[in-house]
Amino acid sequence: MTAGTHQQAGPERAPRRALRLGRAGHGFVAAYVVLLIAFGVMPTVYAIYLAFTNAGDSFSGLSNFTTAASDFRYLPAIGHIALYLVFWLVALVVFVVGLALMLHRLASRGVSTTVRFLFYIPGALAGAASVMVWLFMLDPTVSPVSFLLRGLGMPTFGDVVAPGHLPVLFTLIAFWTGAGGWIVVMFGALNNISSEILESARLDGASAWQTARRIQIPMLRKWIVYMVILAFAGGTQLFVEPTLLSQASVGVAGRDYSPNQLSYDFAFQNNDLNTAAAISVELLLVGLIVAAVFVARSGFFDAD
Amino acid sequence: MKTKFRALGAQGTSRRRVRTRLLAIGAVGAVLALGTAACGSSSGKSSAKPGAPSSFKTADQTGGTLTVWVDSTRLAAAQLYQKNNPSVKMNIVTYDGDANGSNYLQTKVNLFNRSGNGWPDVVFSTQNNETTWAVQAGFTAPLNKGLIPQATLDGWATGANTPCTVDGTIYCLRNDLSQTVLWYNDKLMKQWGYQVPATWEDYQALGQKVATEHPGYLVGSAGDSFAPEIYMWAGKCGANEVTGPKAVKVNTTSEACTKMATLLDTLTANKTMSTASVFSTDFQKNAADKVLMMPGPAWFGGAVFQSGLKTPAGQLGVAPMPQWAGDSSPSVGNVGGGTWLLSAHSKNLKAATDFLTWVTTSDDYQGKLAPGYPAYGAAAKTWLAAQSTSGYYANDPAPALTAAANQVWPGWGYTQYSQEAIWAATITPGVTAHKTIVSLLPAWQKAIENYAKAAGYQVGQ
Repeated sequence: MTAGTHQQAGPERAPRRALRLGRAGHGFVAAYVVLLIAFGVMPTVYAIYLAFTNAGDSFSGLSNFTTAASDFRYLPAIGHIALYLVFWLVALVVFVVGLALMLHRLASRGVSTTVRFLFYIPGALAGAASVMVWLFMLDPTVSPVSFLLRGLGMPTFGDVVAPGHLPVLFTLIAFWTGAGGWIVVMFGALNNISSEILESARLDGASAWQTARRIQIPMLRKWIVYMVILAFAGGTQLFVEPTLLSQASVGVAGRDYSPNQLSYDFAFQNNDLNTAAAISVELLLVGLIVAAVFVARSGFFDAD
Repeated sequence: MKTKFRALGAQGTSRRRVRTRLLAIGAVGAVLALGTAACGSSSGKSSAKPGAPSSFKTADQTGGTLTVWVDSTRLAAAQLYQKNNPSVKMNIVTYDGDANGSNYLQTKVNLFNRSGNGWPDVVFSTQNNETTWAVQAGFTAPLNKGLIPQATLDGWATGANTPCTVDGTIYCLRNDLSQTVLWYNDKLMKQWGYQVPATWEDYQALGQKVATEHPGYLVGSAGDSFAPEIYMWAGKCGANEVTGPKAVKVNTTSEACTKMATLLDTLTANKTMSTASVFSTDFQKNAADKVLMMPGPAWFGGAVFQSGLKTPAGQLGVAPMPQWAGDSSPSVGNVGGGTWLLSAHSKNLKAATDFLTWVTTSDDYQGKLAPGYPAYGAAAKTWLAAQSTSGYYANDPAPALTAAANQVWPGWGYTQYSQEAIWAATITPGVTAHKTIVSLLPAWQKAIENYAKAAGYQVGQ
């Protein structure tokens, strides 16, 4: 899904060249379409099929959905993920835009490349590996920032992973691993804003803050919407962070935390793939609806 | 691809047909075909499943590499076997051993069941409840139906293979017994003039004395997910009574439960009962030399004190688990003990059975090398003799361990859901947040009931 939307964003930029290189373009897209069908569309269709059938392959209506909804872990998982999304999306929008603006301002001073590289490094680690890094960070006995954890009144790992802290912890991990890429994307978008506009704003006496608020952020709007849509879809699928945390804390925290984990439990512990599929179809629906609302409200596909 | 399908026998034909048909679709379709073939095989598999438990159809015995899954502690066993039998081609894989109810094995087996290949030949699990799902999933081979002679099976300690037995058929072999005893530091006890407590009342009183006389020292740890199996099980708390194949009775608020919970709360409050896991870096760094006493399973001696906490030789003593005053039937708990499973899908049953027999019964491993009390009688004798003469213990550990082996309270059973995982998620965060265990008992009850129902159990009280 993520890759698909990435692909759509680019081509419009150089329509004439694309026309000339049409054949090569089709070749690239065809290869992508094959992968999209094999690993995106087919599993989705299969999940939808599973969600509406039972173990004997006969149509079962909404029974898988009611089974999922009546599980004692279902509502808590929805609650967890909703709270996490609030933390995660707010942090993402505020800090990514803020840091990208700062980066853009630094661009003239020559440190920008270094900072951009630093922002991007964590994202280069594979997902699970970067969560492992955090497991060390969060254990006061081995953490390099143990003084900070102790200062916050959390002398043991058990205190750090108390249930109330989880949304913040997952936001921290997700931000650290995922935000760097977005900062670089936003930085690129900021570079696309014509320097004439910024120049005339400066001549009119606009401060840095006013330039950001009245010119740069409005012109970034579509990119922000794009980021929110993908981050929302990714956020509802929270899985690696709580699962690894649950293993690291020997089951104290993070077990059955997110709907995706619940789906996994249904599939592999209760051997009930149909209910597992029902939960994933719900996640897909929520992602689609939110994307549709954002696209409709923001005029995402309107020509500039 | 082809050999894989053929090796699976009868099922291979239908799957191959699906695949050939789909391959005909065309060039772009090739990738799609893989996807569909996966779908096709999985639905075929799930419909074939119900017949699996009683009938055991062996796979084609094509031999080849023997794949063995062990946890890091049992790695030594597999490596020793490989060293003694260099002609056997082995693939030794270490995994978490399903510790703390991680369900890793079940997840993987369900995946292998859907993909139709990938099962290990022999697996070690630290959990005793694997048969509750593995038999139904058609993963474990029945062992007393021709694979292992009855004479060998008779060599196990009485009741040791009960967790492995479903309707009279043995589906796994117990690695070690994990009866709980009271470990104590003999040097400190003598130095401070304390008596090893025989009753829980004395144990609690000694804990309170230690809190004032030697603050910082510990009389136990309740920070692990298996704490309920040490304390609640030994205290005859009916949290986990299995009354039928899919029926349990749960009562966590009985007097037996509250009494033990109160003891834990009292000692936790005065800080003589640690709330950190004995395996945590925190515990090993800060409490390793502060353990005066610690109730724990038989394997604590080797795995926790000797290799984890590095307790020096000659200090560690072993005493019987304390009992409530006036209780005429002594009871102890049990923490895991581990089981070995043989895959019903093995293409190398002979080599797999040979390894399984060796690893569970041999003196070379179980008697001389294993960290825990072997479940196989003859090996246990060798093991106990070795422990007694090792010079590591302050007293002979054999009498306390042997007595405890027959005192494991039978009212605590094995269920598909993990009691350890439930305790970890329900009680541990509460204790960390300074709530008492007594106040958390109703929440524990609710959580057990919820997980039991979700796993399809009938729940009574």
